[in-house]
Amino acid sequence: MSSPSSNAASVSTSASTTTIHLTVNGRTRTLSVEPRRTLLDALREDLHLTGAKPGCNMGQCGACTVLLDGEAVYSCLALAIECQHQAITTIEGLAHDDQLDPVQQAFIDHDALQCGFCTPGQVLALKSLLLRDPHPDDDAIERAMAGNLCRCGAYPKILAAARSLAGRAS
Amino acid sequence: MTTDAAAIGGMGHSVKRKEDARFLRGKGRYIDDIKLPGMLYMDIVRSPYAHANIKSIDASKALALPGVLAVITGKDLDAAGLAWMPTLMSDKQMVLPVDRVVYQAQEVAAVVATERYIAADGVALVEVDYEPLPPVIDPFKALEPDAPLVRPDREAQTNHIWHWESGDKARTDQLFNEAEVTVKEHIYLPRIHVSSIETCGCVASFDKVSGKLTVYMTTQAPHAIRTVYSLVTGIQEHKIRIVSPDIGGGFGGKVPVYPGYVIASVASIQTGLPVKWIEDRSENLQADSFARDYHITAELAAKNDGTMQALRVKTLADHGAFDAAANPSKFPAGLFSIITGSYRLDAAHVEVDGVYTNKPSGGVAYRCSFRVTEAVHTIERMVDTLAQKLQRDPAAVRMQNFIQPDAFPYKSATGWEYDSGNYPAALQKAMEKIDYAGLRREQAEKRARGELMGIGISTFTEIVGAGPSHTFDILGIKMFDSCEIRVHPTGSAIVRIGVQTQGQGHETTFAQIVAEELGLPVENITVEHGDTDTAPYGLGTYASRSTPTAGAATAVAARKIRDKAKKLAGHLLEVSPDDVEWVDYHFQVKGVPGRSVTMKDIAFAAYTNFPPDLEAGLEAVDYYDPPNLTFPFGAYICVVDIDRGTGMVKIRRFVAVDDCGNIINPMIVDGQIHGGLTMGMAPALFEAITYDENGNMQQSNFMDYLLPTAMETPVWETDKTTTPSPHHPFGAKGVGESATVGAPPAIANAVVDALSHLGVTHLDIPITPWKVYQILQEHGAAES
Ligand code: FES
Ligand code: FES
Repeated sequence: MSSPSSNAASVSTSASTTTIHLTVNGRTRTLSVEPRRTLLDALREDLHLTGAKPGCNMGQCGACTVLLDGEAVYSCLALAIECQHQAITTIEGLAHDDQLDPVQQAFIDHDALQCGFCTPGQVLALKSLLLRDPHPDDDAIERAMAGNLCRCGAYPKILAAARSLAGRAS
Repeated sequence: MTTDAAAIGGMGHSVKRKEDARFLRGKGRYIDDIKLPGMLYMDIVRSPYAHANIKSIDASKALALPGVLAVITGKDLDAAGLAWMPTLMSDKQMVLPVDRVVYQAQEVAAVVATERYIAADGVALVEVDYEPLPPVIDPFKALEPDAPLVRPDREAQTNHIWHWESGDKARTDQLFNEAEVTVKEHIYLPRIHVSSIETCGCVASFDKVSGKLTVYMTTQAPHAIRTVYSLVTGIQEHKIRIVSPDIGGGFGGKVPVYPGYVIASVASIQTGLPVKWIEDRSENLQADSFARDYHITAELAAKNDGTMQALRVKTLADHGAFDAAANPSKFPAGLFSIITGSYRLDAAHVEVDGVYTNKPSGGVAYRCSFRVTEAVHTIERMVDTLAQKLQRDPAAVRMQNFIQPDAFPYKSATGWEYDSGNYPAALQKAMEKIDYAGLRREQAEKRARGELMGIGISTFTEIVGAGPSHTFDILGIKMFDSCEIRVHPTGSAIVRIGVQTQGQGHETTFAQIVAEELGLPVENITVEHGDTDTAPYGLGTYASRSTPTAGAATAVAARKIRDKAKKLAGHLLEVSPDDVEWVDYHFQVKGVPGRSVTMKDIAFAAYTNFPPDLEAGLEAVDYYDPPNLTFPFGAYICVVDIDRGTGMVKIRRFVAVDDCGNIINPMIVDGQIHGGLTMGMAPALFEAITYDENGNMQQSNFMDYLLPTAMETPVWETDKTTTPSPHHPFGAKGVGESATVGAPPAIANAVVDALSHLGVTHLDIPITPWKVYQILQEHGAAES
């Protein structure tokens, strides 16, 4: 193993950082980040909100989905500095006290998760759809959920949860 | 006294999962969620070439970057004797190469830094001078005399790894010589990748004071890893702790030991600080172990009346550059000899030859690790090919050749003893559910109009639950599994198991087993797993083995507790234990329902009021060595419509009748089958990993490697029959992989059926629109 000659452990990044304010789950948080830092990393690494998951870091799986002003976005594709002054909701902010959000409850009722890794993203993608359209038809549900992969194949039960929230029996 | 069975939540209840509460709140603790004080980050330099000499590695620029603490190369590891590690198949594998890379994206060096982004910057600054060598990509060419050697380090100077065979060759050849009718197909099952949404990674943490190495790791088999780590590094096993935290999908891809785990551990030992390594999606797709890649030639011999007689199979298995398959050690081709399937055959002979190529190691799982998928696909395609040649209905040919329900236990032509089954009942149920006769009529009408509709059947037999110690081991460690139960004084319990969960809901189902056996409510039972410091030794979760092995251990351990509880019950009821009976989840004096005690009463007595001849406490351990494997089965029928303009295959209906014996939690089994079907459809229609002639891997992201989404997933119509395993303590068989195994041939058979009138007898999966479109063009059947 080669090591640098200087006392590198004490050296941190020399890249320039910017101070930003993010409103996350209703709280304003001040962070100092490099311009290249993704929203996903800012949430997970800096704010310790690890509910959004890194599944691909390239906008192809949906595990990192959070709400930005109510819209589902891939937080791995957003830079933290772009998100100033927008309301960010992560899975940690969805339940109020001990009361689960109806979407979370529907996932339990319909057994819509297995390993749970894609689940926060699935919940927020569906939440975003229901905020736009409280009674989506099947086609709208499938389109809204198509950007969230679930390798455990929980899709039929995720769709059942969605249909029940849309006011239809599964 | 009667007990509310639903409140106990034992066998057969759709108890909601204990895991859900944390996962739904974003409180799961997956590998990348773990952060330890002072933690460093590691990132890996990978080879752009499939085959090359490494002339030099210059790390100076990377080391000059503030925040980069170290660059580790193969030479560094070699000095510590760690440049190579053993594989589970008695081969060896490079951790980091000293002078040569043997597949694209192979690990070449590792950069350790204070920050994740800096580690990635450091990777870009490491300069490696390669001298490209001709790669070996085609496994058939790999066996030609002038082929370049993938592994010159081996004594045998050839790309051939091993030859394996099973069955009776002479008898099989004789039956083929005398056969009235034979059919033959070349079947290729391409390389595929499990692609769990969580990639692999670890956090290695070495404590310099105590000398203890703790590694949080995405592993499905923590104990086996601990032992291998100890053997490789020489660190005493009690100084190694492997923790498998919440796992974001395994499917077998998290069984192998990947180089990143070892390098991160070395980095932590060297620096005395925790080191995190998380692979990115492209690294995961390009370099982690693969499944399938079997080139199969299959022949079936039969009588003119459709009676199947013999099966002959030759296979070339592309294992990539290292034979790092995750099979039991005595089974280089896994359980491929299950290939005789659900059918009576007089003889069979199966051969497989393993070959090295310049690709990452193959032969690992895709929700079925032991080559059962390859076997089932082959036999189910061949039965259809025979039916087509004889112009018979494929359902009728299956019914004619099934092993009959009264023939169990049944010795297969390759020597397996099937435990139980009722194949005609499962197929009958599926045919009724889907209205098979009506579909055939519809198909005839549509065909007359030029429309393309197909019906495909798969009546598969699985082989799971490895396995009995007389036959099954991994590097000598027998494939038993374990459970330890402690009942607390106030009537709750902790259960620790040797297997591990990646979404199967073990925290719920294993609690249900104990609830059923002890009459304690499921909500009062905690299940722990995955931490080698606390869990009893077990071989881990893969190959649908958890319920057959650790599930059995759990029931047996609980029954040991109940035996002791019976003595305590006698003591409390002031009668001889012989006069006490277990009825409806409690103990009562025989024939006197009014005089009873609950397990909760007994638990308290075990610590407060036990007879002098009895030890205090209420706990038990069991290491379960299964007497046989289990043989789940099912009957699947798939209906497809094909678009003559685009070649697109649409699954209109899919009925899946599964039989996995007695069921612990129907809700969870349903989810497992949905998932298995989706992972069966994926390689049938969408997924394949391919390489160009230079060994460049062509699907390194999810735009090129097509995982199904909610949109492509059809409505799965599931149903069941129940044929308990006669040798399992509660008659269960295992279910996690059945559907992945059973679904691909049902889909492939449906597409071939839709095109059979054009003379099509076989199509290799994945059956993409382009493949179908070309066939339609060839036969003038495409819509212009
Ligand atoms: S991690 Fe953002 S889409 Fe996959
Ligand atoms: S629940 Fe495992 S990936 Fe969706």
